[in-house]
Amino acid sequence: MKHTLVALVENEPGVLNRVASLFRRRNFNIDSLTVGRTEDPNISRMTIVLDSDVTRVDQVQKNLYKLVNVLQVYEITQQPSVSRDLALVKVRASAEAAVVASQFGARILDHSDGLMILDLSDEEGRVEQFIEALRPHGIVELVRTGVVAMGRGNHIVRAPQFA
Amino acid sequence: MELTGAEIIWECLLREGVEIVFGYPGGAILPTYDAMNKYLDRVRHVLVRHEQGATHMADGYARITGKVGVAMATSGPGATNMVTGIATAMMDSVPLVCITGQVPSTVLGSDAFQETDITGITLPITKHNFLVTNVKQIAPALRKAFHIARTGRPGPVLVDITKDAQNQKMDFVYPTEPLRLPGYVPPSAATPEQIERAVALIKNAERPLILAGHGVMMSGAERQLLELAERAQIPVALTLLGKGAMPESHPLCLGMMGMHGAAAVNQAIQSADLLLAFGMRFDDRVTGNLRTYSPHSRKIHIDIDASELNKNVKVDVGIAGDLRTVLEQLLPHVPSLSHPAWLNQIRDWQEETDERDIINYVAPSDKLYAAHAIRDLWQATGGDAVVVTDVGQHQMWTAQYYLHQRPRTLITSGGLGTMGFGFPAAIGVKLGAPHETVWAIVGDGGFQMTLCELATAAQENVDVNVAIINNAYLGMVRQWQEFFHGERYNATPMHNPDFVKLAEAYGIAARRVRTRAEIPETVAWAHSINGPTVVEFQVEKEDIVYPMVPAGADLDKMIRRPVPPRNLPDWSENH
Repeated sequence: MKHTLVALVENEPGVLNRVASLFRRRNFNIDSLTVGRTEDPNISRMTIVLDSDVTRVDQVQKNLYKLVNVLQVYEITQQPSVSRDLALVKVRASAEAAVVASQFGARILDHSDGLMILDLSDEEGRVEQFIEALRPHGIVELVRTGVVAMGRGNHIVRAPQFA
Repeated sequence: MELTGAEIIWECLLREGVEIVFGYPGGAILPTYDAMNKYLDRVRHVLVRHEQGATHMADGYARITGKVGVAMATSGPGATNMVTGIATAMMDSVPLVCITGQVPSTVLGSDAFQETDITGITLPITKHNFLVTNVKQIAPALRKAFHIARTGRPGPVLVDITKDAQNQKMDFVYPTEPLRLPGYVPPSAATPEQIERAVALIKNAERPLILAGHGVMMSGAERQLLELAERAQIPVALTLLGKGAMPESHPLCLGMMGMHGAAAVNQAIQSADLLLAFGMRFDDRVTGNLRTYSPHSRKIHIDIDASELNKNVKVDVGIAGDLRTVLEQLLPHVPSLSHPAWLNQIRDWQEETDERDIINYVAPSDKLYAAHAIRDLWQATGGDAVVVTDVGQHQMWTAQYYLHQRPRTLITSGGLGTMGFGFPAAIGVKLGAPHETVWAIVGDGGFQMTLCELATAAQENVDVNVAIINNAYLGMVRQWQEFFHGERYNATPMHNPDFVKLAEAYGIAARRVRTRAEIPETVAWAHSINGPTVVEFQVEKEDIVYPMVPAGADLDKMIRRPVPPRNLPDWSENH
C-alpha cells in the first residue's frame, strides 16, 4: 500500500543529503521524494511516498525523527488530503496528442519544432494514465516532480515548537 | 574579549567540562594546537600515534566516566583515520565529540591539499555533524555537539572547522541562551497506559526474564533493575555490553545471553513467557534466528530510541523513554512475586551448563587454556579490575570468565566488533579513572592493529596492563573456519613478533606466561609497576569458544562443548 509522509525540516545546507543518506543506509525504498520551500523561510517541506509492502512506514518515520534537523513527520495517508504530481511531457505535435491533452485537462505550454510540451498537474494515478495515453503518440521527453500532498481543512501540517 | 576561533574552541571545551583531549596535530588544525598551551593548565592533551587511537581512547574515557570523550585531528587523512573509532562509538552509543580541522573555506570543494568531505563521510556513522566555516558558528556548533552527544541515545558528533574559522577573531562572550534544537527532542517517560499494560504482563507471567543491556548503565538504572528483579523474583540475563548492570554474583543474575552466552541463559530465553528488554536492541548476535526467537513470550521493550522498538523483534509493549525514569514509574505498581518452579528449572539448566564448562576441568599443567588464564586473571585482580577487551575469542572468554560486580567494568566493542579497540580504549579508561586497576585483554591479532599506542602509554606513563592472549591465530575466524568452512585455515595463522621484546623496545615492562602457575605472581608483578605493562599469555592454539549459536540459527541450537573436552580424555573434573 502507498503511504504519504510529510516531513518538515530545517532549511539548512545538507538536510536533503541527510534524509537521502538515511534512506540509503537503512535500505528504505522510496517511490518519490520532493522537497520545497514553505510559508516559513526557515522550514522546508518534504513529501515522501513509499510502499508499505516494501518498506516499513513506522521505521521510516522513527528514523526521520532521529535526524536532528527533522522537525515533524506526519503520515497523511489516512487523513482527508489532496495530492498533486506535475508532469511535463514533450510529444510529437499531432491532433491525437492534443485530444489526449484536452481529455486530461493538460495545458500545451510550448509548441515548436514540431513538438509540444504538455503540462498536467493531477493525482499521481491520473498522471500515469495520461502518460500511458500519450505513449502511442511518441513521448520524446518526460519529467515529473513527484507527489506533493496537503491535508484538507483543519488537517494542518506545521512545526509547533519551531518559533 | 577578542579571541581567535582556535581559542574559542578551547574555551568551549572548558565550559563543557572537558578534562582531556586525545589528538594528533596537522596543518588544518594547527591554529587550535597553537592556542592549546594557554589552556594546558586546565586541559590535558594526549598525543596519540594514530587518530584511530584517539577516537578509541576518547571512547574508553567516555564509557568509564559517563562524560563526553573528545578527540581531535587534522583534515583529510587525520579525519578519515577517525572513521573506525567514530563508527565504533555510534554502534555502542558512546558520547564523543570529534573535532577536525578543515581546509580554509575559500578552497572548500577544490580538492585542496588534505581536503576530504569528512562531514559527508561520517554522515551515516555520527549522531549528527557540523561543518563550521565561520568563527561565529564555532561556539554554537560545539555547544550543540556536546548536548547531542550526551543526551538521548548518546553517540558521536563530529565538528569540522575550517582553518580560516580557527584563525578569525571575534569579540567573544560565551553564549548562555538556551540551545535552539527544535528537531531534537529525546523521549523521556512512559504513559500511564503503557505502565499499566507492562504491570499486567509482569503480574501474569510465570516464566519472566529480564534482558539487561548497555542502556541500564547509560541511564544509571542499576538500582532500579536490581529492585525490580528482587521484588518480582525475575532472573536477569545480560547482553555483552550489559555486563556490570547487575552483580554477577547475584543469584538472580544468569550471565550473558546470545551467540556465546551460557547455554542455560539461551534456554531460558527460548522458554520464557515474558521478556523484559531493558536498554538493549535485539542485535542478531543476541537473538539468533528471529523467526524462532523466544516463541512463547510476550515482550516489553524499554529503550530511549523509539526506532529500536519493533525493529527486529515485535513487542507487546514498547516504551520509548529513559530507562531509569520508566523503571521508577513502573516500580510502585509491581508487587512482590515469586517464580520458584521457573527459577528451579533455570538452576537445572545451569547445572548442566556447569558440567560442560572448561573452567571446571583441570588441564595438564603444561597446557594453558585462555579460559583458565582469564579466570586466573579474574582471581588475581580480586575480580575488581576494569577490563577492556579487543574483539574475538579472548573477548568472549573474558565475557564468560571475568565476572563483573560493578557497572562500567567491562568495556568492549560490541556492535561494530572493532579489532584494535581494546588497547587504546584501555588507555582512555585509565586516564578517565586513575584510581581503577585497568587490564586490556587483547588477542595477538587485534593488538597488532593499534599497538603503536604503546608509545602513547609510555610517553604519558599510563598505568595500564595489557594481557595479550596469544594463540598465534586469528582465533575466532579460525573457529568459524573449523565449524563452517571445512577446516580450511586460510589467512588465519599469524607469525607474530616477540611481544616482550616489542614492549621493551617502547620502554615498557613485559613478561611472558606459559602456565597457570605463573599467573598470580605475574599479575602481582604487573600491579607493582607504576606504568604500563605487557603480559603475553601463550595459550593453546586451536581452542574453541563454547557454546556457540551459529549465525542465524535458533538460539537454543547451540554447538556445545564435548564432554570431556575434546582431545583431552585424561582431564580431571574439578568440581
